[in-house]
Formats: sequence, structure tokens, C-alpha cells
Amino acid sequence: MPRVSKRKSHPVKSSEPSPKKITKEVERIDSFFASYANTSIGMIDPEGVEKLCSDLSVEHTDVRVLMLAWKMNAKKQGYFTQDEWRTGLKSLHADTLKKLKKQLPELQKEVAMEENFEDFYSFSFRYCLTEDKQKNLDIETACVLLNLVLGPAYNLQVDSFIEYLKFQKEYKVINMDQWTNFYRFCQEIEFPDLKNYDDCLAWPIILDNFVDWLREKSTSA
Amino acid sequence: MSLLINIDASLSCWLLYTAVSWAWGIRLTLIKMNERKTINLEQGRDFMQKGITKLKNILEGLPEPQFSSEEYMMLYTTIYNMCTQKPPHDYSQQLYDKYRESFQEYITSTVLPSLREKHDEFMLRELVKRWSNHKVMVRWLSRFFYYLDRYFITHRSLPPLNEVGLACFRDLVYTEVNGKVRDAVISLIDQEREGEQIDRALLKNVLDIFVEIGMGQMECYENDFELSMLKDTAAYYSRKASNWILEVSCPDYMLKKVQNELLSVYATQLLEKEHSGCYALLRDDKVVDLSRMYRLFSKIPQGLEPISSMFKQHVTAEGTTLVKQADDAASNKKAEKRDVAGLQEQALKEAFEIFCNKGVAGSSSAELLATFCDNILKKGGSEKLSDEAIEDTLEKVVKLLAYISDKDLFAEFYRKKLARRLLFDESANDEHERSILTKLKQQCGGQFTSKMEGMVTDLALAKENQSHFEEYLSNNSNVSPGIDLTVTVLTTGFWPSYKSFDLNLPAEMVKCVEVFREFYQTKTKHRKLTWIYSLGTCNINGKFEPKTVELIVTTYQASTLLLFNLSDRLSYQEIMSQLNLSDDDVIRLLHSLSCARYKILIKEPNTKTISPTDTFEFNSKFTDKMRRIKIPLPPVDEKKKVIEDVDKDRRYAIDASIVRIMKSRKVLGYQQLVMECVEQLGRMFRPDVKAIKKRIEDLITRDYLERDKDNPNVFRYLA
Repeated sequence: MPRVSKRKSHPVKSSEPSPKKITKEVERIDSFFASYANTSIGMIDPEGVEKLCSDLSVEHTDVRVLMLAWKMNAKKQGYFTQDEWRTGLKSLHADTLKKLKKQLPELQKEVAMEENFEDFYSFSFRYCLTEDKQKNLDIETACVLLNLVLGPAYNLQVDSFIEYLKFQKEYKVINMDQWTNFYRFCQEIEFPDLKNYDDCLAWPIILDNFVDWLREKSTSA
Repeated sequence: MSLLINIDASLSCWLLYTAVSWAWGIRLTLIKMNERKTINLEQGRDFMQKGITKLKNILEGLPEPQFSSEEYMMLYTTIYNMCTQKPPHDYSQQLYDKYRESFQEYITSTVLPSLREKHDEFMLRELVKRWSNHKVMVRWLSRFFYYLDRYFITHRSLPPLNEVGLACFRDLVYTEVNGKVRDAVISLIDQEREGEQIDRALLKNVLDIFVEIGMGQMECYENDFELSMLKDTAAYYSRKASNWILEVSCPDYMLKKVQNELLSVYATQLLEKEHSGCYALLRDDKVVDLSRMYRLFSKIPQGLEPISSMFKQHVTAEGTTLVKQADDAASNKKAEKRDVAGLQEQALKEAFEIFCNKGVAGSSSAELLATFCDNILKKGGSEKLSDEAIEDTLEKVVKLLAYISDKDLFAEFYRKKLARRLLFDESANDEHERSILTKLKQQCGGQFTSKMEGMVTDLALAKENQSHFEEYLSNNSNVSPGIDLTVTVLTTGFWPSYKSFDLNLPAEMVKCVEVFREFYQTKTKHRKLTWIYSLGTCNINGKFEPKTVELIVTTYQASTLLLFNLSDRLSYQEIMSQLNLSDDDVIRLLHSLSCARYKILIKEPNTKTISPTDTFEFNSKFTDKMRRIKIPLPPVDEKKKVIEDVDKDRRYAIDASIVRIMKSRKVLGYQQLVMECVEQLGRMFRPDVKAIKKRIEDLITRDYLERDKDNPNVFRYLA
């Protein structure tokens, strides 16, 4: 574990604590990191993540873990590098387990903010592309993710869309464009009457089909 | 037939006589009522039975003298008396029952057995005979029992004698055999379609039965026959539409009476008058009438399909004349009337375009048009027409193409059929082939016809190649294929794609392939040869017991037959594994050799279809009056593959178009992009908006395009 070097020229904002405190913070963050990291690879691996989760009293499938990953701008699902860890925890001002736990509700609020949510939403898709050069997410994973990420805010649409995704046979994977536009769908389109949906616009075809399916269901019901 | 005439003649005489004598009879009765002896039921029945038996004998063709007028009178009067006797001796009900029973008895004891023991065409003949006999019997017995019709049935509101009689046949015979009959008829029609002669008159008679059995309603004809017939016909039409039209003008069986009834009947009539009705409308340029007729047809369930198929062919053929007329009319009209003319022309064009692009019985107009061309250009197609007439038709066809939206589909079908014509030497006239290509080129541009022209040139080159091959063989006497071998080498790019199967060639042919391969190596080392056995033909000698017959078959068929050189008898499974072909191919092959016109192989069991459990034996007793016969192998339905190929090409075309547009515009809204795409591609086909959307999405995934950050309905080109 490399020791943190004392920085001399540290950009300090007026609200930031004094340099001494910062380095202390960094130290604590690092040792925090160390307590979960896998020393052979120098990262926190899935096992470490699980331990962290149980210490935080959250399920490792909880959306807050995802939010944490977002905060850290983590690249690889299930792993946190030291840099990522530092980034995330610094901005959360959480250098101990206790503080981190306390910050989780704050994190949730932050994510829910309009300017952040879209970013978080996109991030979550990319985060789940585990293979190299993978561009699409299989339907099953997509459904789970949708539920996790959008479920709380738009549960009607999400439930309906998940039902449709499982029913239809045309698409076996979801791509980024479809993912992004579903969020837009939730925001813009009146649900469940779908009055303002216009399929002559550039909605992805999967959503056109989804709307057709919904409309058919409502007429036959 | 002469028997029938005799009976009828005497029947009419008898009728006259009865009318007179009956009137006389009344006076007689009035005078002699009290003196009449009561006939009891037993006696009466016996007496009637004698007459009925006599009638049956006559119908069966047994030596039995005709009824004398005396005998008629007696029979009729007996009935009359038995009906007018005072109760309890008025036996009207019993006689009514007896009437019916007579038919039932005769049908069950004689008619049905005779039908059951016959099959196919023979069964049909028997049925026709029995039906006409039955009608005679009904007529006669109705005359004998006529008095019942006058009072008894009206009093009791019962079905009249005539109806009862016919109903007996319907209930006992028709219900039992109509399925078999229908199948036999359809099978006959199929035979005719395959080029065999059939007894048309028989067909007409059989179908008359279907109509007559309906007894005034077309129900029986429609439900029992027409439904299956139309289904079968529709399926067939999609393969051979125009061919059928050229050869068979509205079949006689469609010509049915029943003037005054339903819409479907009207349509049938119209169909029957297709050469006058539809033609007249088309000739006289009546767009409004045409559209009315179209609407009329569309109200009939199923009625539209086979009818519009025929109708369409004629529209297709005649349509260009129409357009030309409209053009003429438009140009001749004076300036003030130009608007009206323009409107008319516009309406005409639009209506025409709609007609042109409606699918018919599962085939698109593009396909139909290509089939139409094929029929004109192939041997046996239009030899009766003069060169000028053919040229004229081709001209029309090309003009018509302008109205077809799926031109690329037409091109692909045309190409496929052209390939067949060229490779199987089925082209009637080289000049015409070239002529239509020139016309197509003028109308649609060089790219449209480049592949087709390549094909025609390829053949010429192939001939040259072959002569080099022959030279090579004569110069190298040590390499010999052992058989006369002609190889046609084609350039892959021009020709439609053919699936090559790993046919296990017979040893004789393997050698041929080897020899040619060696030769080709000497010519060029940079090319790869792929053998397409499905397109080859072979002339083989069948050494049958009666005489040797030369058989012209495809390579596949030859390979199958040569298997029998090593084994007299082979099972389906053995054949399939030896040949290494798919089930579909094997079934087709074996069918052509054992179930079609020439039975080179004997199939066990002797059914009409091939099943995986059949066994086959060389038919050593086969013979034909000709010394050389061609055994056709019906081609696989290429339609699916053509549509697949065209769809694939369209996807590439749409992609290319989108990229082209976006590259030049850099930023463009969705709807605009779609519009420009449709316009660009319009020359070849009408792209589906959904298809374009799909391609856009695909291009986004492949990072050619992205959505604008602020407006998701706008796209940006990614360099």
C-alpha cells in the first residue's frame, strides 16, 4: 500500500479544510480502502464489495451501491480502484465507514436531482457492460437494472415496459440509444394513456412497438 | 345416351296424352265413381313396384321394353285412385313414403355399391351416369305419383316429389362421395395444369352435379367444391398465374346458370364474361366502373382472390393501352379542357398504380409481371404470336413497370427466370431476350440491367470456353471424361445465387468433373470453380425391357436413377443417404420419377405422394411411344429466397442512402431524413418507413450517427 505523499501545493478553496486536515482525510480514505482491498491486485474486488455492503447494511444489489459506483465514476463492475475510491469518498466527505453510511441518503438525494439523474441513468447502463467492447445489455439484465434505477420514480412505466420486454421476441438485447430514450419516454409521455406519443417521430422502434402493444392491450381489455 | 332420348321423347308424348286423359279421367270418375273397386294398399304397392322395377331395369340398361302408354296410364291412375279413395283407404301418406323408399332402396342396393368400387376418373364417370339416371328416375316416378303433388303435399306443406327425389340422392350419395369427388376433380385439374389432356366434358358434368344438388342455392357448389377449389387454385395461381391465363380462358365450369341471386354469383358471372365484361370496361376506359367493380369484388369473401388474379392479368396486359389512350386523350384535348383531362389522367394513373401494386393471392405484382415475361419469352410460351405482337407486348410490359413500386423485386424475379431460361435452353428467341433488356435499360437505367446483360454475355463466353475444352480433349487423348461433357462456366456476380449442395455424384460424373477441373487449371489458376449440380441436365439411356428410351433429366434425377444400376430396389432412406440431399429435394426428385407422367420408378406403396417409408424399384417394363422423353423436374419455389435476397439488398441500399444524405447534410431532422431517403430510393423500390427507422438505429449503434443532445429527433453525422 503506497503511502500518501504530503502535497505541498494543494488547491484549497475557502470552504475546504486546511491542508493538514485534507491529508488526514486522504489517509483515512486510503486506510478505509485498504480494509476492503485485495492486496494482490490493489483494488477492491467483488468479495471486498460484498463485505463493504454488509458493513453498510445494504444488499449488494441495492441501488445505493450503484450510486456509489457512479459517484466514484467506477469503470469495472464489481471493482473499485484506489483512484475511484478516493474520488468518490472525497466528494462525499466520507472517510470512515460510519460517515459513509450516514452519507448514503444524501447520495440518493443528489442522484435524484434532475441534472444528475440522467447522468446516473446512462452510467448505470455502461457500468453493466462487463465484457470488453460489449455494447448491448441482454434483456434480463436490462429489466433488473430498469427496475433498480427507474422503478422508484416511474414504477408504472417500468413495470409495463419490463412486461413487454419479456413478452416480445424481436429484440434480444437493449442498446444505449433504446435505454436513453426510455427515460425520455418516461419523462415526456403521459402514462398510461399515451396520448401524446407520436410514432412519426424518431422514437426507437422498440418503443413504437411497446406503445402499439399497450394500445392493443387496452382495446382488447 | 340414345336410351335417354327415347325415354324423353316418349315421356313428352305421354305427358300430352296424360293431360288429355286426365281431364277425361275426371269425367270418367264422376260417372263411374260408384263402380270403382277399392284398391287395397298391398295390391297398390305391388302394382307400383312392378312399374318401378321396370323403370330401374330400363335405367340399368337391361333388355326391357319401353313403357307403353297403357302402362303409364295404369300406374298413374292407380295412384290417383289410391289417393282419392275414401278413408281408411286413402293411402296418400303411404304412397308418399313409398315414393321416397323407392329411391332409397335403389340407391342403397345399386347406386352406392357401384360408386364405392370405383376410383378417380372412373368414379367420376360413374357418378355422372348415376346422377343423370337418377334425374330420369325422379322425373318418371314423379309422373307416376304426380297426383300427390297436386293435393297431398300442398295440404300437408310437404316437400314436392321432385325435391324429395333429388334430396334422396343428395343425402345418400352426395354426402358420402362429395369429398372423394372433389379430390378427384381437383386432381384432374392439376393434371391438366401439368400439361396432360383431361376429359373436360366430364369435369363440366361433375361440377354441374355440385350446382344442381344445391337445388337452387349455390351452397353445395360453394361449400363443398368451390372452397377447396379456390384454395387449391389460389395456391396454384401464385406459381403459374399468367400461364394459366394464356392457355385457359375462363373454364366452363365457372359458367353456371343461377342468374338472379347472390353477389358471389354475380361475380362468377362476371368472371365468366371476363373476356367481354372486364375487357369491355377496360377497353372503354371506365375507371369509375373499374373501381366500382373492384369494390364489388372486395365485398365477396375469397371471391376477390382468384377473380382479381385473372382480372389483374388482363389489367396488366391491357393497362398500358389504357394509359396510352389517356395520354392521347389528354394531348388531344383543347387547352381549356386540360384541367379535366389532367384530372382524368391523374385519376387513371393513380387508380392504375393502386391496382398495379396490390398483391394477389400472395404474389406481388412484381412477381406476376416477371412471370408474365417469362411466359412470353420461353419456348412454348407465345410461339403463336407474331414477332411484332411479342415486341408490342414486351413494350407494354416495360411501360407497366413504371407503375410497379417494387422494381427491384421485379428485377430479381426476372433475373431468376432469365437464368432458368438461359441455362435450360428454354429461351424461345434470342432477339426478344435482348430487345426487352434494351427496353428495360432505357427505362430504368444501365444498372438495372447490367447483371442481366452479363448473364446473356456469359453464355456466349461459356460456349467459347466449351469449344476450348473440346479442343483440349482432342489434343489430350489420355484424359477422357468417358461421357460427352458440356460445361457452362458462369461469372458469379451476374447470376442469381444458387445454393450448392454436396450431391454425391455417380462415379461416371466424378471423372468428368475431375477432367474439366484439370483443363480449367490450364486456363487460369486464379479462379475458383463451384459446381452447381442443381442446374445440370443429363441425357441417359434407360434400357427398359420393351425398348431403350433416352431420358432427358436433370443431374439430380440422373444421379438418382443411376443408383438403380447397382441395386434394383432402394428405399427412400437409402436414396437420401446415397445422394446426400435434403428431404425436400429427395421428395421432389422421387415424385418426378415415380408419381408423375412417366413412371420410371415403381413406388411401393402406389400412392400419389412420397413418404420416407416408401421403396422404389426400377420399372423395367416402362415404355413410351417416343424414343426420347424429357422428364421435367418442377423447380423449387424460389419466391421465398428471392424476397429474402431483395430484402437484404434493400437494407444495404437504405444504409447507403442514409449515410450519403447525412454525410452531405451533417445535421438533419428525422422526418426530413426519411423523406429524402424515400425519394432517393424511389427509383428502385418504395422503402418502408419502419425499415428506414431500423437502419437509422443500426447506424447509431455503429457510430455513424448520433442524436443531437438537445433535440432527440435530430441526427448528426459522425465523421
